[in-house]
Amino acid sequence: MSNASRSERNRLEFLESGVIHALLIAAVLFALYPLLWVVSIALSPGGISTSHGALPLPTHPSLWNFHALLGKGSSARAWLFGRQLANSIIVAVATAVTAIGVAIPAAYALARFDFVGAKTGMRTLLATQMFPAVASAVPLYLLLDALHLLDSRAGLVLVYASTAVPFAIFQLRGAFLAIPVDIEEAAMVDGATRTEAFWRVVLPAARPAIAVTALYAFMSAYNEFILAATLLSRESAFTLPVVLQRYVGEHGAAWGIFAAGAIVVSLPVMALFYYAQRHLVSGLTAGGVKG
Amino acid sequence: MTLPHEQLSTSVSVASASSEVSAPATAPKRKLRCSVRGAKKSFGQNPILRGVDLDIEEGAFAVLVGPSGCGKSTLLRLVAGLEELDEGTIHLGERDVTHAPPRDRDVAMVFQSYALYPHLSVRENLAFGLKLRKTSDKDIDERVREASKMLSLGELLDRMPKQLSGGQKQRVAMGRAIVRRPQIFLFDEPLSNLDAALRAEVRVEIRRNHDQLRATTLYVTHDQVEAMTLADTLWVMNGGVVEQKGTPLDVYERPRSEFVAGFLGSPQMNFFDAKLEKEGDRWLAIGEGARIAIGEERFGAALTEGRTVRAGVRPHDLVRAEEGQPIAGNLHVEIIEALGFEAIAHGWLTASGPRVIARLDADEARKAKSGDSIPLAVTPGSAHLFDPKTGLALDAK
Repeated sequence: MSNASRSERNRLEFLESGVIHALLIAAVLFALYPLLWVVSIALSPGGISTSHGALPLPTHPSLWNFHALLGKGSSARAWLFGRQLANSIIVAVATAVTAIGVAIPAAYALARFDFVGAKTGMRTLLATQMFPAVASAVPLYLLLDALHLLDSRAGLVLVYASTAVPFAIFQLRGAFLAIPVDIEEAAMVDGATRTEAFWRVVLPAARPAIAVTALYAFMSAYNEFILAATLLSRESAFTLPVVLQRYVGEHGAAWGIFAAGAIVVSLPVMALFYYAQRHLVSGLTAGGVKG
Repeated sequence: MTLPHEQLSTSVSVASASSEVSAPATAPKRKLRCSVRGAKKSFGQNPILRGVDLDIEEGAFAVLVGPSGCGKSTLLRLVAGLEELDEGTIHLGERDVTHAPPRDRDVAMVFQSYALYPHLSVRENLAFGLKLRKTSDKDIDERVREASKMLSLGELLDRMPKQLSGGQKQRVAMGRAIVRRPQIFLFDEPLSNLDAALRAEVRVEIRRNHDQLRATTLYVTHDQVEAMTLADTLWVMNGGVVEQKGTPLDVYERPRSEFVAGFLGSPQMNFFDAKLEKEGDRWLAIGEGARIAIGEERFGAALTEGRTVRAGVRPHDLVRAEEGQPIAGNLHVEIIEALGFEAIAHGWLTASGPRVIARLDADEARKAKSGDSIPLAVTPGSAHLFDPKTGLALDAK
């Protein structure tokens, strides 16, 4: 190859990487813009003001909105907010744990064993995923009422798990199917019982998929609003999405506090994502890459 | 001069190959390490094994070979305990393990896919079985070191399986079996995922490790080169039964059936529908353009005038006729495959007859071309005869 064509190729490569970077930066800005607005509004004591231009810059930046969110110095209000945050986290964690705990054995059985009802079971699980959660809000309300679980975390977990479990079973069944039976058999020949093979080989090999599924279950419970708003009426039982919605209710919209709340709500999720990102990436690409 | 280890390996292969022959005084007849009796197994309505007996002596290398679906892998998995027999028994050593789970059989297996534990390092992969068996850390260390030295795994010990090449994974899989020091090694087509050059290399390594460890081995393959080169005893399977067992050369030279004759040997044996005729004091199999001289002493009373047979001649015994040699047929050459040191000629003897493959010298191959007619001769005594109905060989013995 001549030098000229080589430098021509280098230039093309440089150009290509430049274009790709420009596109990526544009995409990042596009995604960040509304988020920056949220930050800006949260830091502006008056919330949204007409003096705002197109740039998300706070007017008179202060932490007043956060202060207001946490009860303006009233320890009872702060305590309540803390409890609501705890509600959210406890409900989300419990949903994730329930979903994973039920789904792992179910998904493994559906992936590995041939039994009567396996196919029908899978189809039924699929069918449950087709109805929007809102459609069942009223029956769920009546059900929880009968069980005396309205306004309780346990009730909410039960409701969330009913959608998280089937989804998790689907996800994990796929993950278990992707794990070759050979490695289980190798473990059994190596001296493991079927149970040991499952705990020591299958489960660790499925860990990325389990992490992703758990995170998904956590997130969907943590963010859920409609059912929470329907099933919870006591303020101390609220989860954060319900709390936040109150700030932009019929009696005027406190966008500043709402934005501050949105940021506080996001922090645990961001921390979780940051912690789990290694699993997440390998979990999302698992199956695409041959071990 | 014969090196000591050559002497050793020859005497061992003779002793282990023919259990019927009385063994020399220095090597008393060895115990059976693995014995399968009347093994039957079906999957649903589909019978896979139809009553198989298998014996492997202590320290021997037994190879199960056959086409896909012949039941060889199922038989191996039955010995491992990964499948359960419908009928029959399996003994390992003195113990009846017919219903024992894999972990109680003291076997180690090398899988076709290698089946390394993806979340464990090479070292942990090797140690996995020993840890489960509560071997002391000191012993584990020692055995891992020993195996990794034997298989040159030293630099790989801290890598994860996904960082290894196919050949390296294969060696780790073997190492995982070796550290266990099991009663019997089971290999399930361990080389089929390697490229050709590596396959030949690892094949030699497997045999070398076996000679060093003297470990009883059951090896499954569909590759006849592996089967021929590795086995002390070859078990040729077809349709869920053992068609023939014996030393590789015995099986190759005296196939008991048309199936075995056609399955072993590459290129494949030529077959002709023929009739037996006696010309003077010579027996000939004549048909489909071939006149094949038959060795009388080999077939004895099976030779009767006018009998229809299937006559088989290996391509390597079908060569250009020299001056004065009886002509077995004229090959109409279609294609010549030059392999360098020799060549394979494809063609036919008569247009209506079967395809025929013959061997040519490199020199002849240079001269020959498509469309030529080459007079062929059969190496004396090399022709095989089979009953066209039963497919069984007509050998007198």
